[in-house]
Amino acid sequence: MGIDTSVVWSIIIFFAVFMYVLLDGFDLGIGMLFPLTPDKRDRDTMMNTVAPVWDGNETWLVMGGAGLMAAFPVAYAIILSGLYLPLVFMLIGLVFRGVAFEFRFKAMEHERHLWDKAFISGSVLASFFQGVALGAFLDGITVSGRSYAGGPFDWIAPFPLLAGFGVMIAYLLLGATWLIMKTEDQLHARMVRLARPLALALLGAIVIVSIWTPLRDPAVATRWFSFPNIALLAPVPVLVLVAVALLLRSLKGTGAQLPQRLPFVAALALIFLGYSGMAISIWPHIVPPAISIWEAASPPGSQVFTLVGTLFILPVILMYTFWSYWVFRGKVKSDAEYH
Amino acid sequence: MFGFSALDLARIQFAFTMSFHILFPAITIGLASYLAVLELCWLRTGRQVFVDLYHYWLKIFAVTFGMGVVSGIVMAYQIGTNWSTLSEYAGSILGPLLAYEVLTAFFLEAGFLGVMLFGWTRVGPGLHFAATCAVALGTLISATWILAANSWMHTPQGYAIENGRMVPLDWSAIVFNPSFPYRLVHMVLAAYLCTALIVGAAGAWQLLRGRDHPAVRKMLSMAMWMILAVAPLQAVVGDFHGLNTLKHQPAKLAAMEGHWENAPGAAVPLLLFGVPDMAQERTRYAIGIPHAGSLILTHSWAGQIPGLKEFPREGRPNALIVFWSFRIMVGLGLLMIVLGAWSLWLRRKGRLWNTRPFLRFALWMGPAGLVAILAGWITTEVGRQPWVVYGVLRTADAVSPHGAGPLAFTLALFVVAYFFVFGTGTAYVLRMIRKGPQHVDLQRPTEGGPGEQRTPMRPMSAADVGTDDGDDGPAGPAAQGR
Repeated sequence: MGIDTSVVWSIIIFFAVFMYVLLDGFDLGIGMLFPLTPDKRDRDTMMNTVAPVWDGNETWLVMGGAGLMAAFPVAYAIILSGLYLPLVFMLIGLVFRGVAFEFRFKAMEHERHLWDKAFISGSVLASFFQGVALGAFLDGITVSGRSYAGGPFDWIAPFPLLAGFGVMIAYLLLGATWLIMKTEDQLHARMVRLARPLALALLGAIVIVSIWTPLRDPAVATRWFSFPNIALLAPVPVLVLVAVALLLRSLKGTGAQLPQRLPFVAALALIFLGYSGMAISIWPHIVPPAISIWEAASPPGSQVFTLVGTLFILPVILMYTFWSYWVFRGKVKSDAEYH
Repeated sequence: MFGFSALDLARIQFAFTMSFHILFPAITIGLASYLAVLELCWLRTGRQVFVDLYHYWLKIFAVTFGMGVVSGIVMAYQIGTNWSTLSEYAGSILGPLLAYEVLTAFFLEAGFLGVMLFGWTRVGPGLHFAATCAVALGTLISATWILAANSWMHTPQGYAIENGRMVPLDWSAIVFNPSFPYRLVHMVLAAYLCTALIVGAAGAWQLLRGRDHPAVRKMLSMAMWMILAVAPLQAVVGDFHGLNTLKHQPAKLAAMEGHWENAPGAAVPLLLFGVPDMAQERTRYAIGIPHAGSLILTHSWAGQIPGLKEFPREGRPNALIVFWSFRIMVGLGLLMIVLGAWSLWLRRKGRLWNTRPFLRFALWMGPAGLVAILAGWITTEVGRQPWVVYGVLRTADAVSPHGAGPLAFTLALFVVAYFFVFGTGTAYVLRMIRKGPQHVDLQRPTEGGPGEQRTPMRPMSAADVGTDDGDDGPAGPAAQGR
């Protein structure tokens, strides 16, 4: 056959997690933007831009987990038990945030602020601890044999905590640029003003991680700076700068040229670049630094069985996901009739 | 911590988060199908009553679905965080089944849920109905994969053990394992019954309050037909499931029956009451019907089933829990059959709408389905102990290498968060149920097609109207249900 299913699976999982970062990224970002938009009507509008799609967005997280368990059960077992506390905090955050979508509109007027707070703190908690989990994962997981051998608090270290803030900034930028695309008037203007400092902050975070990563890990340094890799990877930082420039430029329009879709597209490109950079750094490890994708692979029978369905079903899922976004396309206006 | 080991805490945590989770999918499986039926009835008859009921139950569906999603994400991750040895040992088999659930069910539900909840004015009636059906189908497919995975852990087959982990040999044997068909049918019927009981109770409550509308009558009537048809069917399916358990998990069945040993040639009685005592190896205060156990389980006058003493002590499930959870489930099931039969009798006499004892009974039976599902789930899951993969991997060997400290901490976190979040959610659901079906204006877009009308009529929550304008006022009892 000549097809390495472990490679195909790592690409599928990479894709699923990327979809998650993109899609749940902007709706988590909206939760963190709530404190900056105190107006109740604006908050309703913000919520309404994602209410029909957030559930689908979150499903990519479950897909990443289930795919990992199916194709790389060893990695699933080690990573999830190794990142135990950050993941539990993330889950608790997602619980509060997820129900806030429905509860907020069902709460009585005097208790609605509680669900606003649940939405905000849930989004912050989930975003920060996703970043912490990512940082701890990149930092390396202590493994002995086929199981986790580190302590419960290994994630309390400078790099994971920085990654936590980095992911928060990334999601905030996604959320702000999504709202630029989906809203109008004063909310739109407010998000345009917010997007610039967020873009610069994200650029700063990317620069710090890019300098820190090779210093921390000689293997990554070798991979990045040896020939021909350095020539192949050189476009990545260049493209990052191009994306930031494009983003900042697209925020400048006035009148009929008001920023619309372009900032969101540029933010997506920026996050895609950062995410790919990380994947390139750890390849072919799935539990850095110890276990490669082949060592963690489930038997061919499991990988092939799941792959057949995935390759047929995933395109269909992408089609109707797109359709659902299409049905709810366009600007969401603030609603004057709301009681 | 309080004498609990890490294993105990991991089990308590799983049992706690799972028992919350299982209730929401049970309601959404039933409600999604009910909504599809309501919309179909509306498309065929054009009667307003179906639209009103659709939108009434849609809001309740939306809240329940939201709670099911978030508690489900916790379950998806808990298998890895708390049971990493199980994930590593059996992940090559369980992983693909769960991956297929996500691919075929989760995305289907999620993709069409937005259109179902918020697309009433954005897509045409046919397309909207298709979205409702897609969501209903998604809930059923989801149940299918989850029960395939769960049943396989009860009756594993189609695998080999290589290099200290399980490897799939035959996927059709894995999916269609011996207990899967019984478990799947039993669970789906339970979900339908559970929803019918809730819908029926909502109708009965409105009638008891004197709110006699066509929509209220319609929902009570539909629910009672459903209970009448499904409750006896469920008893038959349950009986088959019991025979299957006798064949594949005899220790569980012995615990369900509180049956310890067979004297030569003696028949097995059917115990109605008793207190199984694990230490003394007998069932105290047993009250039973002679020969009935033999008749039901072996279909013969003096047939014997294995007793608990035939299994080593460390291979026995906790008989006290299993014995009683099973009796609670069966007892409630019998009451459901009574409810269905009573409704038929009253319907014949034309008194279904105004017989207060009946309406009160229907109201009190509202949560019976949920309780029966929990009891049934406890029966089957405690009954398989000490195994997590029956006969292959013990629960004690499946747990993650965490200390008791972090597990106690996260357990406390889940308990506080769940009671707050799902307690409030339940209060909101009860408030919405209490409000009753409202008249819904059939606003379809007059100009343009899908997506043309860009301004939603109201904020896009399925809870389009706050519940504080209910006629009981904001100071009603459920309003303070937190």
